Amino acid sequence: MKANPKDVLTGIYYIDGDVASGYGALAAGCKFVAGYPITPSTEAFEAVCRRGPQVGAVFIQMEDELGSISAIVGAAWSGVKTMTITSGPGYSLMQECIGFGAMLETPFVLLNIQRGGPSTGVPTKTGQADIMQSRWGSHGDYELIALAPDSPQEMFDYTIKAFNLAEKYRCPVMIMSDECVGHMTEKVVIPEADGIEVEPRRLYTGPAEDYLPFKPEPDLVPKMAKAGDGLRLYITGLVHDERGYPVEDSAYKSKYVRRLVDKIRLNRNNIIELREEGTDDADVIVVSYGISSRVAVKGVEIAREKGIKVGTLRLVTVWPFPDDRMSELAKKARAFVVPEINYGQVVYDVARCAHGDANVVLVPHGGAGVHNPNDIADAIEMAVREEKKIEGLVEFKTRLQKSVFEGGFKLKE
Amino acid sequence: MKADKNGVLSGSHVLSGNQACAEGALAAGCRFLGLYPIVPSIEISERFLERAPQVGATFIQMEDEVSALAAVLGASWTGKKSMTVTSGPGLSLMMEHLGLGVMLETPCVIADIQGVGPGLGLPTHPAQGDMMQARWGSHGDYEIVALAPSSPQEMFDYTIKAFNFSERYRIPVAIMSDAHVARLKETVLIPPADQINVEPRRYYEGAKDSYLPFKRDKDFVPRMVDIGQGYRFHVTGLTHDDRGYPIMFEECQEYNVHPLVWKIRQAADKIVEVQETDTDEADVVVVSYGATSRAALKAIKQARDSGIKVGSLKLVTVWPFPEKRVAELAKRARAFVVPEMNCGQVVLEVERNTYGEANVFFVPHGDNGVEHTEDILSAIKQASQTNVAKSGIIELA
Amino acid sequence: MEALRTDSKQEIHPMENLLRMDRMPHIWCPTCGIGIAVTAFTAALEKAKIDPNTVSIVSGIGCTGRVAGYVKLDSFHTTHGRPIAFATGIKVASPKTKVVVFSGDGDLIAIGGNHFIHAARRNIDMLVVCVNNFIYAMTGGQVAPTTPLAAYATTSPYGCVEPPFNIPYLADSSGAVYVARWTTLHVRRLTNSLTEALQKKGFAVVEAISPCGMYYSRINRLGDGLDMMRFYHDNVEIRHGEDTKNLDIGFQTKIICGKFVDRERPSYMERYNQWLSDVKTAGRRSGGQRGSRK
Repeated sequence: MKANPKDVLTGIYYIDGDVASGYGALAAGCKFVAGYPITPSTEAFEAVCRRGPQVGAVFIQMEDELGSISAIVGAAWSGVKTMTITSGPGYSLMQECIGFGAMLETPFVLLNIQRGGPSTGVPTKTGQADIMQSRWGSHGDYELIALAPDSPQEMFDYTIKAFNLAEKYRCPVMIMSDECVGHMTEKVVIPEADGIEVEPRRLYTGPAEDYLPFKPEPDLVPKMAKAGDGLRLYITGLVHDERGYPVEDSAYKSKYVRRLVDKIRLNRNNIIELREEGTDDADVIVVSYGISSRVAVKGVEIAREKGIKVGTLRLVTVWPFPDDRMSELAKKARAFVVPEINYGQVVYDVARCAHGDANVVLVPHGGAGVHNPNDIADAIEMAVREEKKIEGLVEFKTRLQKSVFEGGFKLKE
Repeated sequence: MKADKNGVLSGSHVLSGNQACAEGALAAGCRFLGLYPIVPSIEISERFLERAPQVGATFIQMEDEVSALAAVLGASWTGKKSMTVTSGPGLSLMMEHLGLGVMLETPCVIADIQGVGPGLGLPTHPAQGDMMQARWGSHGDYEIVALAPSSPQEMFDYTIKAFNFSERYRIPVAIMSDAHVARLKETVLIPPADQINVEPRRYYEGAKDSYLPFKRDKDFVPRMVDIGQGYRFHVTGLTHDDRGYPIMFEECQEYNVHPLVWKIRQAADKIVEVQETDTDEADVVVVSYGATSRAALKAIKQARDSGIKVGSLKLVTVWPFPEKRVAELAKRARAFVVPEMNCGQVVLEVERNTYGEANVFFVPHGDNGVEHTEDILSAIKQASQTNVAKSGIIELA
Repeated sequence: MEALRTDSKQEIHPMENLLRMDRMPHIWCPTCGIGIAVTAFTAALEKAKIDPNTVSIVSGIGCTGRVAGYVKLDSFHTTHGRPIAFATGIKVASPKTKVVVFSGDGDLIAIGGNHFIHAARRNIDMLVVCVNNFIYAMTGGQVAPTTPLAAYATTSPYGCVEPPFNIPYLADSSGAVYVARWTTLHVRRLTNSLTEALQKKGFAVVEAISPCGMYYSRINRLGDGLDMMRFYHDNVEIRHGEDTKNLDIGFQTKIICGKFVDRERPSYMERYNQWLSDVKTAGRRSGGQRGSRK
């Protein structure tokens, strides 16, 4: 299906990533946004507030993040595409309802502009330390999809993609951006509506009396209905059967919860999107996502100038994780170098999938800034020189760490 | 330091896991409970409340789980050992304050009695679906300790351990139990107070005007003071320096947050605890924790009887994960079998630490009750016959 | 001149004992009223003759959320919306501590609204100072639960459509024992109210209306902070004891200030200790004792 021309603000803009994501949501047909102000994501919400009424989208600023996510799950069941926007602390507050949304198989999009954590941390500066939280933050077993755009243009494009994936697999989709991309201003081209593919809701069209809200299709995703269509839905966050009725039967637990997980795991090859460059004959592969992949470009360039064969693998979808591809590459390359703005998160999954076939080097950064590309280059060099197989993660000691902990550094106001 | 006699109900009792947890908390010196009722954790609060007047402990039922943990953090700064109890949905709501606890380096204990998730799930049925959440559920980088008891006796023992870790490393510690162990009634031996070791709070003892709330000792753990002593200190969830004053640039972020993970990662060898039986010559090692290890131990016995060389690695601390030990065993054993009551969580850590040296079999929880052994047994049999494949996790139907 | 300068170096700020001078200058914008509220609070602390070593101050997130960091008491800068919950823990675990929550309208009334009404219902012994500037200022001017109807904010670009909370009415109906409202123009009266509230046993709420010269007045074209102060001067009506129902604030309408509620109710710890002694003397299920507790 093509986007509705009314929703698409076609043109060439010079805007930041937050705003681009807001415009992307509107272009994807999002008609309800609930949010709560939190730095550094507020601009996205403000963009929707300004432009939303012009395209018939409703917004509401709720009393907190718990309210915001509850509101969008509710709105999704009234038949519209919905989104909420937040950052670290708000994301933590939303965890309960993310699991609830997954349980109800509710399509919605959550934009998380990550900042330095934990706790209040550094609200105005960047971080990538919520990435594991996006996979594991709610209680119980579930799977969802997380995307990591690295430019304002991608913020626009991948917000649309996020809506499409949410509708296709009826699951929450996370856009795990960060402050750098969110506040980075670049050219954004918004195409004509007929150049934008949007996924319609998988609505049930049969007779009302035959409708089973949780009866899966062959791809394990059930058809959805909306409130007010006379189907008299019963939707609960308790473990339920195909009718949606709660069941106190452990057989349903393994059957039902399992399907929630399997509908993503078994469809993962259709979901996963990677950008690879020079991986086939690389000695070292740099695995990165979001803003770190842009910084890594420079690091790779420096390393290549020294004659090292470096490949790059960018995770556009971080979750589901490309287990198979990673294992395949581990057999070919000598090592993976993973720069991320945290003290080790996605690198654990890289190490897991390497199965001891390649060394894994983490280039950490605590946040409130991005990597020094020279650190990435040095880590690549270190990795390529290492002949031995090393067990465990190798944590590269960055220039920042050395200067703070070894250089007689004094903190000043 | 020895336990305060007041809180220790020495003797042999028949207690449910939940009741044992409350007794463990009181024995460890916990004197504040912030709670919000949620099945299946309520009996912990009920027991604690019943005993509180005799012991001199305080409690409050807050308006939600968000505030329950907030109150616990506040209470901890008054010098009282503090705790909250909850289950899955409540734990999700506590995630923001878990991060605050980490950032303020506030000792506290969270008992999570896991039911089936996600969402409301099946509140009364046991599961182990929050294990990864305990490690990764709050935003930003942090490391905490999580313990997984498998019996009422362990609920008692590990609760004391949890308080000791929280005081020693100034972190929130999670007791990751489940609805099965919580309701199980067994004999619990509570030793006399002078046989229970409790970790005292690491107080600052220098001059008042030179107190820096986040100046770290060599082990990266700073010293604490109580409120109301005239220190007039400041603490904040923002990135801060030794004084506790917010400074928001990347050097300070590195200075503040890297030690938060170091203090646990570098002490991992001291913290990690596992119980092993017959692992040294085992072909197959069953890695289990919590209620699942009850079934696992039975299955192991049956497998041994049928001649398979199988050992057991029971995790006492799930986080930090016993990385080194699993890597060592991977070199000797042919395979690991990991039964869990979830769709695959701790098994990912096992896979990561085998470095392709052993197969990893995952046994998800079937429909036949927690202590059902058949699935685990057949996994052990299959594992003992399969050559190393290096193909990731092999999941059994 | 030179001599004067040397003298002024030795001069000590009268509030120095209660402020963290090593953190000055503070982050608040010129013409913001939060500093005035802090000054009134520190003056009240001295007037009420409370030993500063026994006071803990807790703030949430936002501009006013930074207050805890500038006041030289045991001070906690916590999460958004939860300072009252955090402070409840302190108070219940350590009843001798004097607890003050100092935060903004968004923090206390929106995200923290539930904790606000429950702490009032319980009558936890604490002073809540709510600086109300009608907007979320720290994040750049979003609509707040106190933004008057029709006022602009970045997330109400076409004017606010939601009716705001009347904070004194909310506090009163939830059970607070002391409720007052002043603007930061009324420094002396604000100080007096804070002094009274500090000495009050139970849940006391003082609302301090403050200009936000950077966002609220700018986006609504109300001039700068000084113009806002002038507006308070011309449009505030002092009505002590006014029914809190009548205290709604519209966009640039009259603001009624004063002390509205001052009553006695057993505080949470009083009830708790009563319960404790009942249980200790008569056992848990003593019906007669239960009846005696009002």
